[in-house]
Amino acid sequence: MLIPKELKYTKDHEWVRLEGDKAWVGITDHAQKQLGDIVFVELPPAGKVVQQRDLVASVESVKAVGEVGAPLSGEVLEANAALSGSPDLVNKDPHGQGWLFTMRISTPTEAGALLDAAAYEAFVASGG
Amino acid sequence: MSTIYDHGAPGRQAVALPQLGKVEQGLLGAIPADLRRRDGPRLPEVSQPELVRHYTALSRMNYGVDTGFYPLGSCTMKHNPKLHEDLARLPGFADLHPLLPPEACQGALALLWETAEHLKGITGMPGITLQPAAGAHGELTGMFLIKRWLEDRGELGRRTKILLPDSAHGTNPASAAMVGFTVVSIPSDRRGMVNLDALRGALGSDVAGIMLTVPNTLGIFEEDIVTITDLVHDAGGLCYFDGANLNAYLGRARPGDMGADVFHINLHKTFSTPHGGGGPGAGPVTVSEVLVPYLPVPEIARKGETYHLDWDRPKSIGRVHPYFGNVLVIVKALAYILSLGDEGMRAVSGGAVLAANYLKAKLKGAYKLPYDQLAKHEFVLSGEGMGNGVRTLDVAKRLIDYGFHPPTIYFPLIVKEALMIEPTETEPRETLDTFAEALLSIAAEAREHPELLREAPHETPVRRLDEARAVREPRLKLDF
Repeated sequence: MLIPKELKYTKDHEWVRLEGDKAWVGITDHAQKQLGDIVFVELPPAGKVVQQRDLVASVESVKAVGEVGAPLSGEVLEANAALSGSPDLVNKDPHGQGWLFTMRISTPTEAGALLDAAAYEAFVASGG
Repeated sequence: MSTIYDHGAPGRQAVALPQLGKVEQGLLGAIPADLRRRDGPRLPEVSQPELVRHYTALSRMNYGVDTGFYPLGSCTMKHNPKLHEDLARLPGFADLHPLLPPEACQGALALLWETAEHLKGITGMPGITLQPAAGAHGELTGMFLIKRWLEDRGELGRRTKILLPDSAHGTNPASAAMVGFTVVSIPSDRRGMVNLDALRGALGSDVAGIMLTVPNTLGIFEEDIVTITDLVHDAGGLCYFDGANLNAYLGRARPGDMGADVFHINLHKTFSTPHGGGGPGAGPVTVSEVLVPYLPVPEIARKGETYHLDWDRPKSIGRVHPYFGNVLVIVKALAYILSLGDEGMRAVSGGAVLAANYLKAKLKGAYKLPYDQLAKHEFVLSGEGMGNGVRTLDVAKRLIDYGFHPPTIYFPLIVKEALMIEPTETEPRETLDTFAEALLSIAAEAREHPELLREAPHETPVRRLDEARAVREPRLKLDF
């Protein structure tokens, strides 16, 4: 299972890559493995203002639909357009080309509560 | 696999079509020339033996309750008595036009009225509509009823939340959201039942109600059911019960006595009318006293010995289905109720619960059982940790080689690698034993010959289908 060190994580199995006040968001390798082959991704429109934990996207596999929450509060900047034609990128490269959306975060203090790679790994190992 | 167009040759016919009569010729003249088709339809050109052989071959590849055991959790795929088919085909029901005036179809209205009275008695609830066409349609109807009740009390803008245990049927949150409610998930506790502390924490003056699946999707009966409905009522909300699992307590307990305000009944599950490809469903909804004024119109009412349609319900949510719902399905359900009687209905729930617990006891040593409670009509195993990379999907595919329809898999979501098994009460013990032996044998194969599972099915007309590709690149029409 891939858990890149430079990313932050949530207990809902989302990852966040922070650069200043911009954040890339996706679902973790563990999450895509649990979901199985992903066939459809529904993403938020640019400009959508969201609160932390609001459900903003969904990832549909042959087994189930997974809801994706906003890991931080802010405004959606861009959705990953490549996923509409190739949702399987989320399976193939969950932390890279399979990113879901970017956002401009409004409450930087929230980021402090995100899990680091070691904490996320422990969370997954505990059955979370 | 061939289609009918792969057979035959130009000019062959299986049947002689009648010539157009004078009436039809005249009708043809009424259609403007530019709207008429220029070429004939491309019908298959096959002889009768080719036609019969093609469809007989296809039917032999099919699998249904009439060919084998079908333990599909949450779906209640039980035997449908054949007497029902004869009764639904009686010309007095089958040949009725839905626009006949009430005085010309008293028999059918009497049947609907009588079925409604039985269902009210079975559920212990004073009001009913027979209109909804299936379970999720019943849910939607129920949510509309709650919305109209809130509107009538001037609380619609304030009470916006519907609470949903994470062990509810997957359609429940969709139904609540479609009516405009916000869905709030309530976690289960270690027993697989509603976490009462979480429920208390979520209740407030913004809650419209709760949707409970009874028993829940783990096949577990909520021991605190009366506490739950009391808490919701005390907070000013209403209680919706998803009744798709009514077969677990039919004739033994009544949702009305447990505090339900809305309850939907899947006639095509509990009352054994055909299901899936076998026919349309029916999802009547029963309600408590507070919701009676809002029921769909028209109500079928009786005055003395005659039946009429009562449209005088100013607070009604209106119609939810044309005419009277799926009437012929209701004919079959009444046949079931009358054939079984009170004792027979208690035997249904007793048999369903016994079969589920029997299978659970046989299988729990070989598969994980995350919630080991007394099962009602179904139970949920987990294929987690079978080793050698074997997953529940592989177990399900391998079961096909053993001649069984696989159970529901990957639902409910609160169990990883779920296998949800509902045997129903109509299977003999020998079938349950053979099925258990198959699953035990598969668990052994997973340890010793995991490739047998990963490559399954082996004995079917087509091997493992690429489910992801079927969704990503659907071919929805045949080019010919």
